[in-house]
Amino acid sequence: MPQTDDNLIDVRDLQFGYGERPILSSVNVQIKRGNVVSIMGPSGCGKTTLMRLISGQVRPQQGSVTVDGLSVPELSGGELLNLRKRMGVLLQSGALLTDLNVYENVAFPLREHTRLSEELIRKIVLLKLQAVGLRGARHLMPSDLSGGMARRVALARAVVLDPVLVLYDEPFSGLDPIGKGIAAKLIREMNDALGLTSVLISHDVAETCEISDYIYLLGDGTVMGHGTPEELMASQEPLVQQFMNALPDGPVPFHYPARPYIEDLLGVAV
Amino acid sequence: MQAVRQLGAGVLNMLQGLGRSSLFLFNTLARTPPLLLRFKLVNQQIYSIGVLTFFIIALASFFVGMVLALQGINTLQRFGAEESVGLLVALSLVRELGPVVTALLFAGRAGTALTAEIGLMKSTEQLTAIEMMAIDPVARIVAPRLLGGFISMPILAMAFSVIGVAGGYLVAVGLMGVDAGAFWSQMQAGTEFGTDILSGIIKSIVFGFVVTWIAVFQGYDCVPTPEGVSRATNRTVVYSSLAVLMLDFIITALTLNSL
Repeated sequence: MPQTDDNLIDVRDLQFGYGERPILSSVNVQIKRGNVVSIMGPSGCGKTTLMRLISGQVRPQQGSVTVDGLSVPELSGGELLNLRKRMGVLLQSGALLTDLNVYENVAFPLREHTRLSEELIRKIVLLKLQAVGLRGARHLMPSDLSGGMARRVALARAVVLDPVLVLYDEPFSGLDPIGKGIAAKLIREMNDALGLTSVLISHDVAETCEISDYIYLLGDGTVMGHGTPEELMASQEPLVQQFMNALPDGPVPFHYPARPYIEDLLGVAV
Repeated sequence: MQAVRQLGAGVLNMLQGLGRSSLFLFNTLARTPPLLLRFKLVNQQIYSIGVLTFFIIALASFFVGMVLALQGINTLQRFGAEESVGLLVALSLVRELGPVVTALLFAGRAGTALTAEIGLMKSTEQLTAIEMMAIDPVARIVAPRLLGGFISMPILAMAFSVIGVAGGYLVAVGLMGVDAGAFWSQMQAGTEFGTDILSGIIKSIVFGFVVTWIAVFQGYDCVPTPEGVSRATNRTVVYSSLAVLMLDFIITALTLNSL
């Protein structure tokens, strides 16, 4: 477990649900500065919800979420905006603004938040695009980009304000093996070169283990296991084993809950 | 019992929607003053909402003016008053058809585009991304569009009336042989700025405001799925058209009463 005083993100006894439906309960996650930490788990286990709680998009029903010493649920609108300026978020689809080209997409946060000269904006944008290997694609529109390229542009945009923290929502999903490799390399290199802290929400075991310093495994709305990738791979915990080894059946059942098969087949009602 | 329950749920839903849209309008209006310093954002919207709608408005108004002149002459001839056709065309356009038809076309062309654009931005997480970049999507995306629509619609309605009169002139004077001098002089003598033109302008301002409000709210409030965006676009046209026709009656009644 990382040291508390070094933690950039500290989530304690977190409880959250939509209406009556609980999503997360008793979640404790500590993320150390400078680390690449992954939140993994089966689909629908609440990973993205946890990211939404960390970024202040939703508020917990119980427990605390602290980012860089600030209690996120208690922040006012203006304070939350200030925190988000220091936080880059890479959404699953990249979410580039479709009416702007690659260059303008990366320049967008700079134009909105700073009064930098056009010349300086150009330099910063080209630096960030160079880092993700897409300086030559700056005139392309988002519709001309592949999924992997769109995400790299979104990564350049996420780090253009030099944040302290970058949150990645499913950065590998839908990418081909080359794209996954590029994404993994970029996340690690960006983290180390820019002195960031990176949080990955992912269910791609191989890529995530390759670049993560620490992993939290969520299941049934709570933390089922945590540790370094090696520790988790060696874990005897059934759910951890099922997930890390991609087993089709186990604590997460193959079948959705239903009445007995025979009874269902012999019955008439749908 | 079930019917009563459904009726109640429907009314509650409608009231909730009205409340949400009012709060949304209030929040959006509160974010418009800073746009005066970044008027470029509004200008872009005036172009895409107003300028790109101009062609369809111009074409429609030209034909409406021509039809009005044809119908007008046909009826006025019975009383030997065909020279008053200029006045008939102008009054019909300026007081009623200009603002109303423009608003209906505006809802169909610009309103649906606004709803679909904002709805798709929501469903493709662009609004979330903007929010996560510490930028308020209502201030950056919605407010310029509301202001752009608000400014564009009265100008389009005025253009509709002017081009409609030109269409009427072409038919009346060019095809039906009405005297050009009589066409213009009767129009000038019978059209008052205060009673006729101003009431048309008031209508177009109100319609522009309501149609753009409905369009941006439906886009922002839609369920972020393809089906949700399609339903929201549909609602924009239906609600806008009904609102325009109802408000037209109310404003006409008020202006005729007070003048």
